[in-house]
Amino acid sequence: MQDSPKNGINWKLFLLSGLILILPTWYGFYWISPAHMPENDSGQGAGVDQLIIYVHILMAALFVGWLGYFFYVLLRFNKKSNPKADYTGVKNHASNYVEGIVAIFEFVLLIGFAIPVWSRAVDKFPSDKDSTVIKVIAQQFQWNGWYPGPHGVFAAQDRKFVTGDNTFGLDKNDPHYKENFFVAKDFVVPVNKPVIAYISSLDVIHCFACKPMRVTQDAIPGMVIPAHFTPIKIGTYQINCAQLCGNGHYQMRGTLKVVSQTDYDKWVAAKSKAGASAGGGYE
Amino acid sequence: MQPTTHADTHAHTSNHEEPGFWQKYIFSTDHKIIGIQYGVTALMFLFLGFCLMMIMRWQLAYPNHAVPVIGKLLYHVLGEDMVGKDAAGNVGVIMPDLYNSFGAMHGTIMVFLAIVPLAFGAFGNFVTPLQIGAPDMTFPRVNMVSYQFYFFGGVLMLSSFFIPGGAAKSGWTSYSPLATVSDMGQHPNGQTFWIMGMVCLISSSLLGAVNFITTIIQLRAKGLSWMRLPFFVWAQFVTAFLLLLAFPPLEAASVLQLMDNLLHTSFFLPTGLVVSGQALHISGGGSPLLWQHLFWFLGHPEVYVLILPGMGIVTEILACNTRKPIWGYRSMVYAVLVIGFLSFIVWAHHMYLTGMGTRIATFFQTTTMMISIPSVVILTALFISLWGASIRFNTPMLFALAFLPMFGIGGLTGLPLGFNASDIHLHDTYYVIAHFHYIVAPGTIFALFAGIYYWYPKATGRFMNEFWGRVHFGLSFLFMNLIFMPMFYQGMEGLSRRMYDGGATYEAAGGVVGLSKYVIGLNVPISHAVWALGLSQIPFIINFFWSVNRGKKVTSDNPWDATTLEWQTPTPPPHGNFVKQLEVFRGPYEYSVPGHSTDFTPQNEPEKPEPLTHGNPVRS
Amino acid sequence: MEIPYAVKPRPDTGLYNAKVGIWLFLASEVMLFGALFCSYILLRVNATDWPHHWLNIWLGMTNTIVLILSSVTVVLSWSELKMGRFNRYRFYQAITIICALVFLGIKSFEYHDKFIHYQVILKDGTMIDGHLQKETTMPVSWHEQPVIVDGKLPRGAKDTDMVTLDGWYPPNEGEVWNPPLNHEDKKIEIPANKIKFMENYGPWHTTYTAIYFTLTGLHALHVIAGAIVIFAIWGPLAKVWEQDPERYTNRVEVSGLFWHFVDLVWIFLFPVLYLL
Ligand code: HEA
Ligand code: HEA
Ligand code: CUA
Ligand SMILES: [Cu+2]
Repeated sequence: MQDSPKNGINWKLFLLSGLILILPTWYGFYWISPAHMPENDSGQGAGVDQLIIYVHILMAALFVGWLGYFFYVLLRFNKKSNPKADYTGVKNHASNYVEGIVAIFEFVLLIGFAIPVWSRAVDKFPSDKDSTVIKVIAQQFQWNGWYPGPHGVFAAQDRKFVTGDNTFGLDKNDPHYKENFFVAKDFVVPVNKPVIAYISSLDVIHCFACKPMRVTQDAIPGMVIPAHFTPIKIGTYQINCAQLCGNGHYQMRGTLKVVSQTDYDKWVAAKSKAGASAGGGYE
Repeated sequence: MQPTTHADTHAHTSNHEEPGFWQKYIFSTDHKIIGIQYGVTALMFLFLGFCLMMIMRWQLAYPNHAVPVIGKLLYHVLGEDMVGKDAAGNVGVIMPDLYNSFGAMHGTIMVFLAIVPLAFGAFGNFVTPLQIGAPDMTFPRVNMVSYQFYFFGGVLMLSSFFIPGGAAKSGWTSYSPLATVSDMGQHPNGQTFWIMGMVCLISSSLLGAVNFITTIIQLRAKGLSWMRLPFFVWAQFVTAFLLLLAFPPLEAASVLQLMDNLLHTSFFLPTGLVVSGQALHISGGGSPLLWQHLFWFLGHPEVYVLILPGMGIVTEILACNTRKPIWGYRSMVYAVLVIGFLSFIVWAHHMYLTGMGTRIATFFQTTTMMISIPSVVILTALFISLWGASIRFNTPMLFALAFLPMFGIGGLTGLPLGFNASDIHLHDTYYVIAHFHYIVAPGTIFALFAGIYYWYPKATGRFMNEFWGRVHFGLSFLFMNLIFMPMFYQGMEGLSRRMYDGGATYEAAGGVVGLSKYVIGLNVPISHAVWALGLSQIPFIINFFWSVNRGKKVTSDNPWDATTLEWQTPTPPPHGNFVKQLEVFRGPYEYSVPGHSTDFTPQNEPEKPEPLTHGNPVRS
Repeated sequence: MEIPYAVKPRPDTGLYNAKVGIWLFLASEVMLFGALFCSYILLRVNATDWPHHWLNIWLGMTNTIVLILSSVTVVLSWSELKMGRFNRYRFYQAITIICALVFLGIKSFEYHDKFIHYQVILKDGTMIDGHLQKETTMPVSWHEQPVIVDGKLPRGAKDTDMVTLDGWYPPNEGEVWNPPLNHEDKKIEIPANKIKFMENYGPWHTTYTAIYFTLTGLHALHVIAGAIVIFAIWGPLAKVWEQDPERYTNRVEVSGLFWHFVDLVWIFLFPVLYLL
């Protein structure tokens, strides 16, 4: 009646391939992979990184523990070494403790890290005064930046102004309009000062992602969603679109140039002068 | 003991006329035939979904190089809008639109046309009535209609590749406004077909769900109380409820999106859309987030639909091949019920970055963390069941065992996604891709393979070849891991998903901080592993068809010495399944009961064992 | 092969199969309409203008009464059947079917009324709201909407064409949706070339009309389906009564449950769309 074939080398093969492959790769992965994150060059991103690292420690501990148990059991309780199965099996309740500990860990991470980091990200905005405020308007397949210029006031915007060459619907008679200026793709911000970006979209859903700044925010038409981050290192960083937005999605690249405050002020002054005459709207 | 065959039983069961070919195989109302129809169709779709990915992986590994051989073929079938030329002038480069179509269709096919029909339609149909001792489903004709809806929905989806503009290309999630805006000049377009196809598939699932639940409630054999049900049946039961209650909102959403696309309503379109510099003439006032809520309200329960039947299959096979009862059966049942309930209140964890406030985000990440606990409970119970076992390493068992750590990896990596703060970094990267593929590919697909090898003897009366089964297992296991493990690295470094060029645009260059060459380079070995995985399926495909007529014959109706009722039928089971009505006396996994003569005690064996040759007690 | 409990209830659940089935099916229907009602709430919360009493309450009220009546006759017919009085069952169920037809008739009249109801904005900004009259010379198709955008005339229209509406001049968008009770409709002739925008109140007009047509349309499909089933049992399948009265009664009960659900949906729809 016994149809299951004799187990010769095959479980060993299974074991071997398992051990060779998963254990080290996986184990290695969990120690290395958070290190694989791009360097965090932002002030607020540390919380994100910490959380990722702590969760991965929990996961690695669970995984390695269970996997060790798993391989032990496969060796110890296969048909050859244990011909007669034990009807009852494990009698103690160790597993309840394991489950309890997992739950407690998750709870601690939730209360201690995830919720505070999130509330800092979405509620605790720095004041406009102390920040660089820009508007980011996404469209297929380009990031548009709208800067208020030296006085920090944006021109009025309304749907009724939308025309073919004024797709953002700006009020060109607004006195601040002349100071405002626009960039396509390449953003510039000063270092060590929070940036508040009001993110929106003209057409479909995009997602503003600058990984080294630990900022990711969907750009949703009909909504303006603010996000903030604080660059702490001078350099140029890639911005990518992280939400499928059509056939040019993969090319919807932008850059974030972090410069010193003086360089930034110079850049703003130059841009602002050219701004209005360079014609609002997108390029 | 010789297996009872169809011919033997015919004398008792019926004197009806043998139905013709069409009646018997195409328009059958027999749950087993319908199960097999589902199974074969779904395997074809699984293969097709995989083929799409094998082609896409070429573009990811070698962006803008013509796909060898197949590229030319595609060019002739789909035309020059979809397939272009590479720098050297070779025809066969997948264009971005086609890449997006393939991606959306890979996701849709895999989820709705392959895994659900295989796990729920095929295994649910074939095994559930047998395991509960029922002669068929409660509504056999409805059952047939569900299969036909499924088939028709699938055909509709596929035919959309050949219409102008091509198939749906807005991801399997079909987010509005993109889904409405793409191919806007073309009606009906791929998205319309996608929606119509989905409506058919949803109808099919709804009918199936009603049928399954009614069957499990009404047709359990005498003595088969709820806590004596095999875990597989519980898993199917909860799955059916998920489908029943989660699919209708997507149906509603589909209707609304169809209205947006065809009748120019604005359910999901906000005021003031400007597409390609042109203001759209729509009324506006809708909400893109509404679509996401409706979609993910289905979407999250749906992912449990993808995994629960797999867990059920694995539990059956583990119990049988460890030769001992499942440890903590009751806690598993409660856990699966809790999963079913909680899965309705976690959906917005897919939407953390849509501008969610702290309070709502806290709610959803708390529920998300809560739902991981019952999964841990189930996995823990399965792991602990191995202690004290006498494990038989046959092919189904190898796949079932491998399921455990693979699901573990996929499940655990759900945690950093479930915390919204860490999701800021990981959202929509390859980390997400790796997370869920570990669950559905080496997880669910392995469970399904395990189920195929395990129940094949019941369906055909023959075993699949054991040696080639192991080869299939070893290679699939190896390559699955080589494919999906590196994706975690890619995701960690920030490689976004749905990138036509595999992220080459975002490579660090000229002093701009971006993706490293290494991480983009990983695309190449991953793709090689994908194609190798494809080759590794050849033994399976041959084995599957070859064994129908040539496989080793079973020598008993219960070739694995199992306890559950499906092994108490003739082989293959005739129309009406059981020769006599059964009565159940015990729980599902009574293996190695101390003092019993064999190491398994079937559920229907009477308490004071009479010699089995006298047959089972007949209910009056 | 017989499926157990197809007719007789299973002792431990107390239900026959189809009854379990229909309850489950209705649960999924609750989710379907529930999702649509949620969408309604979300759209309404986001909207700037939302109509009050824009639809004709009396028609809606009549339809509500008609459906409630049909629910009563469904119950009566079933209880008559339980007592074996087939003819009385037939009589009551005939009333149910007639109610369904009346309901659909009124509903189609309301639909028609919205498809010939136009909003016109002239190039000088004047707004006109009214029903399209036969005198109109411009070619207008009810589904190719909007008819005119940015003053672009539809295909086949001439500059000299006229549009005639039976309507009035609402002072602003808000009044369109909440027309004062005392406004008077009169014939208004509009030269086509003066029109900037013209569109009927089909689903495309606003999110309100969109959700109105979707909800009532889906509900109407349910009414049609329910009526067909009830009719089929009433007429073509009536011979089952002779062969297997219990099975027949079960069928009537199950179709009745579905019908009650359809009525219940309307009981929600009526206040949501007509009153609130
Ligand atoms: C079957 C499918 C399935 C399953 C079961 C899950 C399970 C889970 N998923 Fe996953 N998920 C998907 C399929 C699935 N998911 C898909 C398809 C997507 C992407 C959709 C898209 O955008 O296209 C997704 C995306 C996704 C996101 C959104 C990410 C983003 O877009 O930013 C999140 C966030 O919270 C998430 C979380 C979780 C969590 C917390 C679980 C938990 O339920 C997991 C619980 C399990 C465990 C905790 C493991 C327990 C095991 C052990 C402890 C034993 C370990 C032993 C060993 C390893 C030997 N998933
Ligand atoms: C159940 C769901 C499921 C399954 C099983 C799979 C299986 C696989 N998926 Fe898929 N995938 C998705 C669901 C799934 N996927 C979804 C939802 C997306 C997101 C789409 C989107 O962006 O919108 C995605 C996206 C996705 C991507 C990202 C694309 C991108 O973002 O641009 C990649 C990349 O490598 C990928 C790869 C694979 C691979 C290599 C497999 C392999 O594991 C496949 C293995 C298959 C087999 C081994 C086939 C075996 C069958 C047979 C051999 C048939 C035998 C037949 C008979 C006997 C008759 N998938
Ligand atoms: Cu913009 Cu993707
Ligand atoms: Cu989810």
